[in-house]
Order: sequence, then C-alpha cells, then structure tokens
Amino acid sequence: MSGRVLRRHLASRAMTAVVVVLSFTAVLALLLILGNLVLKGASSIDWAFFTKSPVPAGQSGGGVANAIVGTGIIVGLAALIGVPIGVAAGLYLAEYGSGRLGFVVRFIADVLNGTPSIVVGIVAWTFIVRPTHGYSALAGSVALAILMIPMLARTTEEMVRLVPHSLREAALALGYARWRTSLEIVARTALGGIVTGCLAGIARIAGETAPLLFTALGNLNFSVAITQPMQSLSLQIYVYATGPFDEWHRLAWASALVLMGLVLIISITARWVTRQRYGRIR
Amino acid sequence: MTTTASDGRTVGQPALSAAKGSDRTASVSPTVRQSDSPTPVVESRAYNFWYGANHALHDVTIAIPPHAITALIGPSGCGKTTFLRSINRMHDLTPGARRTGDILLDGGSIFAPGMDVVALRRRIGMVFQRPNPFPKSVYDNVAYGPRLNAMAAPREFPDRVERALRQAALWDEVSSRLREPGTALSGGQQQRLCIARALANEPEVLLLDEPCSALDPIATQRIEELLVELKKTYTIVIVTHNMQQAARVSDYTGFFYVGQLVEFGETEQVFTRPIDERTEAYITGRFG
Repeated sequence: MSGRVLRRHLASRAMTAVVVVLSFTAVLALLLILGNLVLKGASSIDWAFFTKSPVPAGQSGGGVANAIVGTGIIVGLAALIGVPIGVAAGLYLAEYGSGRLGFVVRFIADVLNGTPSIVVGIVAWTFIVRPTHGYSALAGSVALAILMIPMLARTTEEMVRLVPHSLREAALALGYARWRTSLEIVARTALGGIVTGCLAGIARIAGETAPLLFTALGNLNFSVAITQPMQSLSLQIYVYATGPFDEWHRLAWASALVLMGLVLIISITARWVTRQRYGRIR
Repeated sequence: MTTTASDGRTVGQPALSAAKGSDRTASVSPTVRQSDSPTPVVESRAYNFWYGANHALHDVTIAIPPHAITALIGPSGCGKTTFLRSINRMHDLTPGARRTGDILLDGGSIFAPGMDVVALRRRIGMVFQRPNPFPKSVYDNVAYGPRLNAMAAPREFPDRVERALRQAALWDEVSSRLREPGTALSGGQQQRLCIARALANEPEVLLLDEPCSALDPIATQRIEELLVELKKTYTIVIVTHNMQQAARVSDYTGFFYVGQLVEFGETEQVFTRPIDERTEAYITGRFG
C-alpha cells in the first residue's frame, strides 16, 4: 500500500472517529438529563402526585395535579389559537406567497421565530394582562400561541412546497378552483407533514416558562378557570426548584420528569405520524 | 423558404405551403379536405404566446377536427406543449405569460371575458406526461371531478366511476381494488386512471401531453388502443415525441418547429408526402 493511500485511510478513520465521538456527546447530554431526572424524580412519583394539589409548605405529601391539568389547558388553548393561524399562514406562503406580501409575512415570521420567549410574555402582559387587570391562563395561552405561529407557518410552508406541482395541475385541469386545489388536494396531501409540524410546535411550547411568568402567573390551588391565574408544570418547577424546602425540590424533580415525559410522548407521536405518511394513504 | 402565408389561410388548411411542389399541394387538395372536414371543435387564430420575453408561439392557426386524434409533433422546445396547455388555459397561473390571437372552443373564445376558466377545464380534460393520481383511493380519484362539479346525484357516482374506468380500459384490472390507493397501481394503470379521472368529467376534448413517455411499450400500446377507441366519443389532441406513435394512432398531424406550426394535415399525407422540407427532415430523422 503506497503512502498516499495509507494516509487517506488514516484520515478517513480519524474523521469517522471524530464524528462518532461528537454524535455520542450530543446524545449523552440527553441521556444524562433523562437519567438524572429519573434518579431524582421517579421516587417521588406516586398516585397522589398525579391526583392531589400541593399541600402548604412544610407538610409532606400532596401532588401537582393542578399543574398537570394547567399545562394541558394552557397548551391546549394555545394550540387552538395558534394551529389554525400558523397553518393558514404557511399555506398562504407556500401557495400564494410569491409576491411582496408573502415576502413581508415570511420576514416577520422569521424575526418572530428568533424573538426571545420572555419578550413575547411581556407583549402578552402589555396587551392582555394590563388592560384586563388580571393574570390569566388565557393570557399565557396567547403568549404561547404567538411563539407557535411563526414556527408552524414555516414548517407548514415547507411541507406544502414538497407537494409535487403535477398534483396541483391535475386538480386545476379537472376544473378545480385554485383555493379548492390548495385546500382539498395540496393541504391534504401534505397533511402528515403539517400534523408533525404542529406536534413539534406543541412539544416546543409545552416546556416554556418565561412567557407564562407574568401571564398565567401560577396558582397553588387547583383551577380550571381560564380567566384566572393557572399553574403549569414549568412554573411549578420554577417555583419549587428555587424554593427553600427539600419537599419542594423533590416535587420539582418529579414535575420535571413528568414534563419531559409529556414532551417525549408528543415528539414520538410526531415521528410516528411522519412514518405513516410514507406508508399507505387511506 | 417560408410556409406561413400571412393571410388567406383558411380553416382546414392552415400553414400548408403553397410555395413548394405545386403538384404535391394539389394532390393534398386542401379545398376538398376543407369541405369534407366538419366544423372544428378547437380552433386557434394567429395565436402568439410569450413566456416573459421568450416568444414561444408564432401565429399558430390550426383547426382541430372533432372525433379524431390530432397529434402535435416536433423537437423539444418547439412549442407543442405550450400550445396544448393554452387550450385549457393552464398558463393562467404562469408568471410573465402573455398572448395575442385567439383560441376558440365550439366557436366561442376561451379568453372571452365571461368565460369561466373552471367551467372551461371541465369541458377540456387533460392528461399529463407523468401519471399524477391523487394520493387517494382509485375510486376517489375518478369520483373527484363529478363530485366537485356536482354533475350527478351522489348515488350515481358509483355508476359514473365504473363507466369512466371502463372507458379507460381499466375496470377489469381495478374493479376489486377500488379502495386501494391510486398510487399503488402500476405506471401504465396510473396513467389510465388519470385518463379515467379526466373522462369522468365527460369533457368534449381530451388533451394528452406525452402520455406514454414514462411508460413501457406494452403499457404504451394499451393507451394507444384506448385512444383509438375514445376518439369515437371525444376529440383528442396528443403531444408526442414518438413519431411512430403519431403515425400509428393519429388522424391529423401538426408539426411544430421553433414556435411555428410548420405543417398541418392528415397524418398519412404529413408522413408520406410532407409539403415542407423541414417536416420531411424531421420525420426522416435528420434532426430533432
């Protein structure tokens, strides 16, 4: 084997080794976080954790049922507001957004995508909390929806752009009006990708804390009223982890584990939906 | 030499050269063909088309006879597909597209202000180069047009779907697979599914843009047989790169070259006694 070939082989090996080590490091971070959460949180998870509200500081027992339900309501409401707007904006960008307005919308979406979430929280506080003189779950949902919309718009746009042009032409040639082609053929063909994008967006906002700090505020009691302050898992973790009691720290770890589990479930569902796309279609 | 007389061209003998070989021209006897040929279904008059600055079609005047197969041939980029897509106004959404002249369907301009392009496309079905079934079931693919256009009561849809699939010579192969996705069929079956989808709208004209270019010879033969069967009911215009195909199936042939309709006439005449030397050069394989 000549020297040059040998050198190439060595270089190839070295590069492969570097890539493997770096990939492993990336995965390691996730594994360490998960392992740590399970180690410190799993022991505190019992039936009461899911079914009871917090007990006063200093007492033992109690759970975070209020925060789990609260996260469900706040995130669900945010999805209810954000998904239609984000998906519609994405469909517009992909199908009609070649002009100046499309450029502007795309630019704003990109800027909004990079906006720190706490800034979005301040916006929601300014326009909802202050005029209504009260913190509310709804204000939190709006803040999360604002975070979600640009994400969904851009992923939807990309998914819709993947639909072959020939399908559009087929529909138009059959006598479909353009809007109908967009909705019934293009959007439905891209549905799997759009749903995946929505789930990824929901998973992303489910763990947000900053936008909720001065909108949903948090609530130590069980509450389902969306016009009142409401607890969420992320707020719960924030309060308990920075509090002085061991019992709180224990619950914070457990809450973090549950939140992480929720996000994982949503992400795995998203992957599953994507896989379905390439399988049989109805 | 030029073949496009600036005037005096009448329906039925567009772009026929009077300049070369008067005996041959006489044997074609355009006047006889003109009186024989029935009223054209699709007719273009001095139709010009531009993609931005690119002048893609020059003064195309053609009269497409009913219940016949008209083949449009010519080398790549000659404008034949552009012309085909003009007939059902598929260029409406092409940025920078511009036209002059007119195209008539049953004597009425397809560009008339009152013309509803959606209604127009229901009357003119189109099949594309690559099979493009919707990612839905075989049944839904065919039922799409009638369902959209509310052409029939919903209880009649199954009959319509069956009729269209039979017309497209696909029924026997898919009658037990109607619920399977259209994309699961073979390429040739998919293309016939696309034909069935177009036929379910009960159009007057069927446009086909190189429908067999993605298919193997057997699937191609099936489509060709099908087209010959369909011309009894429909007027068919087919763009093809395959000159044998044009010679085999078509009744009339139009030869396009750099955006002009060089020659148009009965297929047998165009292939055996072409009037323009460019046509002759093309069909004998000297270029293109």
